[in-house]
Parts: sequence; C-alpha cells; structure tokens
Amino acid sequence: MLGRTLREVSAALKQGQITPTELCQKCLSLIKKTKFLNAYITVSEDVALKQAEESEERYKKGYVPPYNATVVQKLLDQGALLMGKTNLDEFAMGALGSDTGGSTRNPAAHCGVVGLKPSYGLVSRHGLIPLVNSMDVPGILTRCVDDAATVLGVLAGHDCKDSTTVQDPVQSFILPSLTDVSKLCIGIPKEYLVPELSSEVQSLWSKAAKLFESEGAKVIEVSLPHTSYSIVCYLVLCTSEVASNMARFDGLEYGHRCDIKVSTEAMYAATRREGFNDVVRGRILSGNFFILKENYENYFIKAQKVRRLIANDFVNVFNSGVDVLLTPTTLSEAVPYMEFIKEDNRTRSAQGDIFTQAVNMAGLPAVSVPMALSSQGLPVGLQFIGRAFCDQQLLTVAKWFEKQVQFPVIQLQEIMGDCSSVFENDLASVSLKQ
Amino acid sequence: MAAPVLRWCCPARRWILANIDRGPRHGRGAPTGSRSSGKRGQSSVAQQPLVTAQKPRKGEHQWAAVVGLEIHAQISSNSKLFSGSQVHFAAPPNSLVSFFDASLPGTLPVLNRRCVEAAVMTGLALNCHINKKSLFDRKHYFYADLPAGYQITQQRLPIAVKGSLAYSICVGKKRNQVINKTVRIKQIQLEQDSGKSLHDDLRSQTLIDLNRAGVGLLEVVLEPDMSCGEEAATAVRELQLILQALGTSQANMAEGQLRVDANISVHRPGEPLGVRTEVKNLNSARFLAKAIDYEIQRQIEELENGGEILNETRSFDYKLGCTVPMRDKEGKQDYRFIPEPNLPPLLLYDSASLPAGADPQQVINIDQLREQLPELPSVTREKLVQQYGMLPEHSLTLLNEVGLLEFFQNVMKETRAEPKKVTSWVLNTFLGFLKQQNLAVSESPVTPSALAELLNLLDQKAISSAAAKKVFEELWRSGGKTPAQIVSEKRLELMQDQEALEQLCQATMEEHPQVVMDLKKGNPRAINKLIGLVRKATLNRADPTVIKEMLEKQLSS
Repeated sequence: MLGRTLREVSAALKQGQITPTELCQKCLSLIKKTKFLNAYITVSEDVALKQAEESEERYKKGYVPPYNATVVQKLLDQGALLMGKTNLDEFAMGALGSDTGGSTRNPAAHCGVVGLKPSYGLVSRHGLIPLVNSMDVPGILTRCVDDAATVLGVLAGHDCKDSTTVQDPVQSFILPSLTDVSKLCIGIPKEYLVPELSSEVQSLWSKAAKLFESEGAKVIEVSLPHTSYSIVCYLVLCTSEVASNMARFDGLEYGHRCDIKVSTEAMYAATRREGFNDVVRGRILSGNFFILKENYENYFIKAQKVRRLIANDFVNVFNSGVDVLLTPTTLSEAVPYMEFIKEDNRTRSAQGDIFTQAVNMAGLPAVSVPMALSSQGLPVGLQFIGRAFCDQQLLTVAKWFEKQVQFPVIQLQEIMGDCSSVFENDLASVSLKQ
Repeated sequence: MAAPVLRWCCPARRWILANIDRGPRHGRGAPTGSRSSGKRGQSSVAQQPLVTAQKPRKGEHQWAAVVGLEIHAQISSNSKLFSGSQVHFAAPPNSLVSFFDASLPGTLPVLNRRCVEAAVMTGLALNCHINKKSLFDRKHYFYADLPAGYQITQQRLPIAVKGSLAYSICVGKKRNQVINKTVRIKQIQLEQDSGKSLHDDLRSQTLIDLNRAGVGLLEVVLEPDMSCGEEAATAVRELQLILQALGTSQANMAEGQLRVDANISVHRPGEPLGVRTEVKNLNSARFLAKAIDYEIQRQIEELENGGEILNETRSFDYKLGCTVPMRDKEGKQDYRFIPEPNLPPLLLYDSASLPAGADPQQVINIDQLREQLPELPSVTREKLVQQYGMLPEHSLTLLNEVGLLEFFQNVMKETRAEPKKVTSWVLNTFLGFLKQQNLAVSESPVTPSALAELLNLLDQKAISSAAAKKVFEELWRSGGKTPAQIVSEKRLELMQDQEALEQLCQATMEEHPQVVMDLKKGNPRAINKLIGLVRKATLNRADPTVIKEMLEKQLSS
C-alpha cells in the first residue's frame, strides 16, 4: 500500500479495500521502524489517528473545515492525513516542502524522490512561514511524478488570502503519457557545466541528454549568460527579505521570550539572540546591512536589476523555441555528515543551490526527478525547468523521463510484506475519479 | 507657564511683517543720547516727540515661522487595511486582532477596497493627482506596538500627490475680514496604524493593546506653507470638515481618529530656512495652535540667545503648556525601506483606461468615484451665502462649530422669519450662550423647534425683541417650557389692540401736558420720555416703534 501512487491509494480507500485507520497505522509503524533516520521531529500520532477516524466518517458525509495554511487545508479537504512535521531548520516546512532556493528539489535529489517547485503565483503561500516572500513557493515531495501532479492539482489556484496568486483559472493536472518526444526541444544551459560538478552527475546529465536525442527530441545547447551572478544576487535579496521577515520574532506575541526586564530593547535583543541560530542571525545581520539607506541603492536595487537580467535570460531561451531545460539538481550525491560540516553554511548553500536558485529568482516551475544510484549507492536526480505557468507541460516531460530511466525506488521491508495481499485483486485498470 | 504672547510676524495677527518699519521707532531724529554727524543735527525736520517706551526687543520683528503638517486620519471602514478584523473605538483590549494583525508567521496582507476608495475620494476632494499606479513599502523599526517589526506604508509612490487645501481665516478687530489661504498638499498615502502602548510606571511594565494595529490611515502631508498656530489649526479644521463630509474619516481628535504632527522652523526673512523640529501627537484641537505657537516662540528665544535648534522630535506637555524633547535618539533612525513583496502594485483606472469586461469587484474607477463625491464644505458655505444672503464669515462659523449648521437648518425649516434674523439669533444669541457655558451644540437645552417658535412669535410681532431675549433666557434655563408658555406666563405679549393703545397714548399725553409742551417746543428727548411713559403704562407690552408712530400721529392731528 505504501508503495502505491496517491491515486491508487485513494481508489483503494474509496473501494473499501483498506480503511483510513489501517493506512494510518501502517504509516505510523513505518515511521517507528525508520526512527533512526530522524526524519520526523514531531509525530502527531494521536492527531493522525483522530483524523483517520474523521476520514472514515467523511467517506459517508460532508465536512466544513477550520483554519489552516491554504495548501494544508486543501489537502485536508481532499482527505489527506497529516502525519507530522519533518526535520528541517526552524524556518522550513515539512513534507509539503517550501522552495526558496532549492530546498525542495535538493533533498529530493539526494533522497531519490520527486521534488517539485511550482510556478510562483500558482500555489498559495498563506500559512507558509516566509523566508523570501518574492521567491518562496510551497514545494511538493512525492514518490513519483504523477503524484506530484495530483497534489499540484489540489493545491494550485487563486487564494484571496494571498495577493500574489494569479487570478486566472487553473487547468487540471492530469498528465498525458507522452510517447512521442520528437516535437520537444530540450535546452542544455552551458553555464551549468561547472568545474565543481562531480563526474558522476555530469555523466548522468549527458546520458539523459542523449536519451532525449535518441528518442527524437531536439537537444540544443543554450546560454544563460548571467548565471555566474545569480548566487551573489540571491544572497543579497534573500538576506534582505529574511531580515525583514524575521523582525516580527520579538517574543511578545508568540514563541520564545527572554526573561529580561531592564527595557524592551534589551528584552528584544536577548530574545532574538537566543531564539535564532547562527545561520539565521548571520542572514539577518547581512540583510539589514544591505537595506540601510546608504547601501540600498548599491546592493538591494542593484541585486533587483541583476535579478531582472537573470529572469530575462530564461525568457530569451524559452522564446527561442526551447520547451524545457535539463540541468543537474545538485553537484554530487549527498555528502556524508563529517564531510558536510567542514564548510560553513554560506559556502554549502552557495554550492548546494547553484543549479536551483536561479529558478526561484525567475519564478519558474522546476522539478527534480531521480535518475540513478551513484557508485556509492546514493540517489542522483536531474532537474527540469519549464516556462512560467507551464507546470503541466514540465511534468509531462518529467513523467516521460521517469518512465524511461526506471529509477530503483526504495523498497522498505514493511512495504513488501503488507501490500501484496491487499492488491491481489487487480488494480491495473483503476479508474481515477475525483 | 501661561501661553506666550506672539512676538513674531504672522500675517493674521496685528503686526504684519511687510508693514513693520525697520528703521528707528522714534522718528527721524537720532535716538536719545547719541549725537551723530553734523548733517543730521542740522536737519530741518522737526523731531517727533520721543515716546518713553522701551526699546524694541532685539529682533522682535525680524522672524518668520514656517509650519508644515503631517496629519494621520483613521479611515472610516468596517475592517482594517490589510486584514478582516473589525474597526471599533473602545472595544475590550485585544479583542479585534486577527492572526495577521498579531504578525503570526505565514499570514499575508490583503488590501481593503473601501480604504483605497477613501484615499481616492480624499485625494479628489483635495485637488490631488491620483496615481494610477502606487506601491506599498515596509518601514522597519522595533517597538512593542508594532508586532511585525515594520509598518506597511507608501513611501516610494503614494496614491495621491500635489493637491491643495483652501481655508479662510478671520482677521481684523471684529474678526470679520475674511482672508483666503491655500496650503499645498504634498501627498496622501495609505498606511497601517500601530497598536497602543499603555505605560504602567508603578509596575514597570507596558501593556499592549493591538486593537488599533493595522487600522487603515490616510497620511496627508501639508507643505510648510503655514506660518503660525492659527493658520495650522484652521487648515486642520477645514481638513476635518472635508473628511467628515466625504465620510472617509470621522476625524474626531478626541477619539484619536485625527492626529497631527507639526514640522516647525524659524528664520530671518531673506535667509534660508532654519533647522526644523517635529512636534508630535498634537491630538487636541484646542491645543494645536498653542503648541505650535509655543514652539515657534521657543525657537526664536533660543536663537536670539545665541543657542541653536536641534533637529529633534518633541511633544507637547498639555499641563505645562510647553514642548519637551521626546525620543532619546543617538543618531537618526534608518527605517530600511524595502518594497512590500506580498502586495503587487495598486492599479487604478478611469473610464478611459478601464479594461473591457473587467470584473467591477476587482477594479476601482476614479471617474466613478469623482461623480459620487458628496458636497464639500466650501460649496456648502457658498450655498449658504447665496441662499440666505449671509456674510462669508457667518458661513464659516456655521460650519466650524460642530452641529451648528444642522441646528440652523432645522430652525430654518420651522420658521417664517427672515434668514438674516435666524442667522443673527443663531450666531450671536444661541452661540453666545453656548460659549459662555462651554457647551456643545448637542448639549443645548434649547431645541431648534423652540427657537423657531420664538422667532415666529417675533416675526408676527406678537412680542418685542427685548421680550424675545427674555424668553430665550428662560428657555435656556428651564428647557421644558415652550416659548408660547413663557410669553403668557411672563405676560410678555405685545398689545394687539390698536384702539386700546391709542387710548393709552392719548391718556398719557393728557396726564403729562408738560412733556407734550416740551415736545412741541422741539425738545428731542421729550418724545422718548413719552414713549417710555406709554410703555410703562402698557407694562412693556408695546413696541416702542409702534408707540412712537402712534404718538406722532396723534400729535400731528
């Protein structure tokens, strides 16, 4: 059951082949068994089981929801169960991810799952704790591209609570199964071939390009000339917005508060020093520097201008006939912890985000699809970047690619054991009614 | 400290800058005690007598003051500028606070349409250019009543710019000369109000009420075209009237719906502008002019004593009647303005640029709002002058006093008396009584109907003017009775019986042949004596004019 697609599971639930509570218990059991991975900070077992109960009720009657983040609410409305919150730094969200510079796509690539960053403005940010308001998008992590499309279909659309969501009606996200890619044009940005790219990833990237070519697609080299400026530009804009967004954490209305009574200022300073970790504090301090009156023009405004140039790079490339760009997602497979902590966060971010964050600056949709395991047995994914609001087309291409590469999805003991009996009776021709 | 006497030159005051003679006050001759060149000494001009007055204070007539204002008006709307929580005065603390108002992470601002319309209407009424595209910014500073650590405002590109506000001040001994003035409006911007801090010094704590946090404000910036407290106060009053007429703000200073900050500097005419101070939170109409005048005086004295003016923020201490430095700031605040990323640019349309098929819920048409603008105070005053033939200064007073215009109009509805009479009674007698007892129109014991009835009696000549005044006094004292009742109780009705009056006149003349003789001899005071006698005989129930006519008629026959 846990290895099936969302649609298959949904159908099974509807047909009564498994109850919400049973499914919930399986998930909880798997979480317990994989506790050593420390993927979950909080497991809301009671809440989940209660929601499972309510879900069972709902299969019989209607439902009026209370307040939540819009994307969470939309999922709850569709009958999803919140299993818990997963373990990321204090300002990123859980398995609905959030993607500001790649923070959905990067982990997806390292973990061998699909990580989708939708077009900016397509999915509501109401309820998403903001990092960089002009770049944040709720990210979607799923096991396969079809599931990502399913979830996107639920989440996309105008939200009156988020003024940056587009008003145009959203088309459904049922993905066709592409068989003919001869009309497709794939762009390979040459600036993304950087010296730091590991040879394994480079060769997989190459292999992917050749795959498209061999199946009849047009594969061409393109240029995104301002790529080398994007890290620095991102740094300025990201820290500036972070400094602004974090100004609200003063301990007065919610959260941690220091017990200092000397003065309000002293309390604020102590609370914020204690409440934020080094990375966040560093970003706030840099950000405030960039938006000081005397620096605003030279840093913030300049960075906005460079951002416009970067966004235009993509526009130009798409206007020249390219449908989708193909790039690596990460420089290499996941780096072991001991290796990782050798560099500071800023350097790691700079390295890690190199392929992903220009996409956030341009507001484009992008998806990381797992391709193969490295020689160390760790997953490697590749990234597809699409035109703004052409998320469906992007995912269609991704789905074709996924089918071609047949990435060995992780099979945990549990899944093997329990699913076979339930699925004896065919699911081959499951109808996907919503 | 008592309110300082004005010593500099404000055009509304008696000393007008242009007319001050900067030369020696005491005539053309040299001042006492100094004999200068021979030529002067040989002047054939007679020296004017020296007045033994003091020398003029150093620099008394050589200062000009410059006053600019930043006025914050709370928008009259059901909900806040960017969130759905309600706007109510004096609700229980923290009972009107949404997640967004409390700055809970993940909440986003959603613009309130009514607030935008209020801003556009106000801009149109103040002759502003409405920017079809305006932007929102974040202004950062840390303060306990600002939960997000920033205020959303419009710094780069506000919704309206370059307008004007016309106002009139009354000058002259009788304050009956009307001078029309204009102050330029620099801009109008939409922004959030902050919460309220209540300082509890006893327990060394500050209590925060966020009910007001996020309420929509219109900031109206007036250029430094004013030169004293009276001009500033009058301009503010006119703005209040306009906002109230539009319905965009109730603009009640006592309830904090209108708050004024003044930027004040002084300089010698012909020289560059001086360093300015900001006097904040002038929240009382009564003290607005006083505070500004005090600050002007303080700056003049400071400079005359060789001191300098600091570019600082001050507040007005109502009890002491003076301004005091407010914030202890080492260095100036850097607000670190950045664009508000969660709000796209605000686009407004007019009939020409409105996109076809646009959803009317989603667009604002400036032309439509312009057509729907209600009557502005200046038009109302003009109409009063045209319709009732009253003087401009009367129309000013009628509108300036809260509730007075309505009172006047209600009286007019129910009386046949001439408008001029009504105007005079309302502005002199009625208003006089109110002022004497420091009452508002709403607290008046005399209703419009009562005054109307009284004026009708007067108009019908059922009572004399003198009697009417007495009746009014009685009405004021004991609100319950009608004028007719009072008249009959006090037997104030004029004699209606012509014959009886004629007989009385006759009888009086017969009783006082001496006076009649005097009269025939041509003594002018005799007639008054006769009139007085007849009046007495009638127990003051006859109109002196009528008596006079009758006597003269009888005498001539």
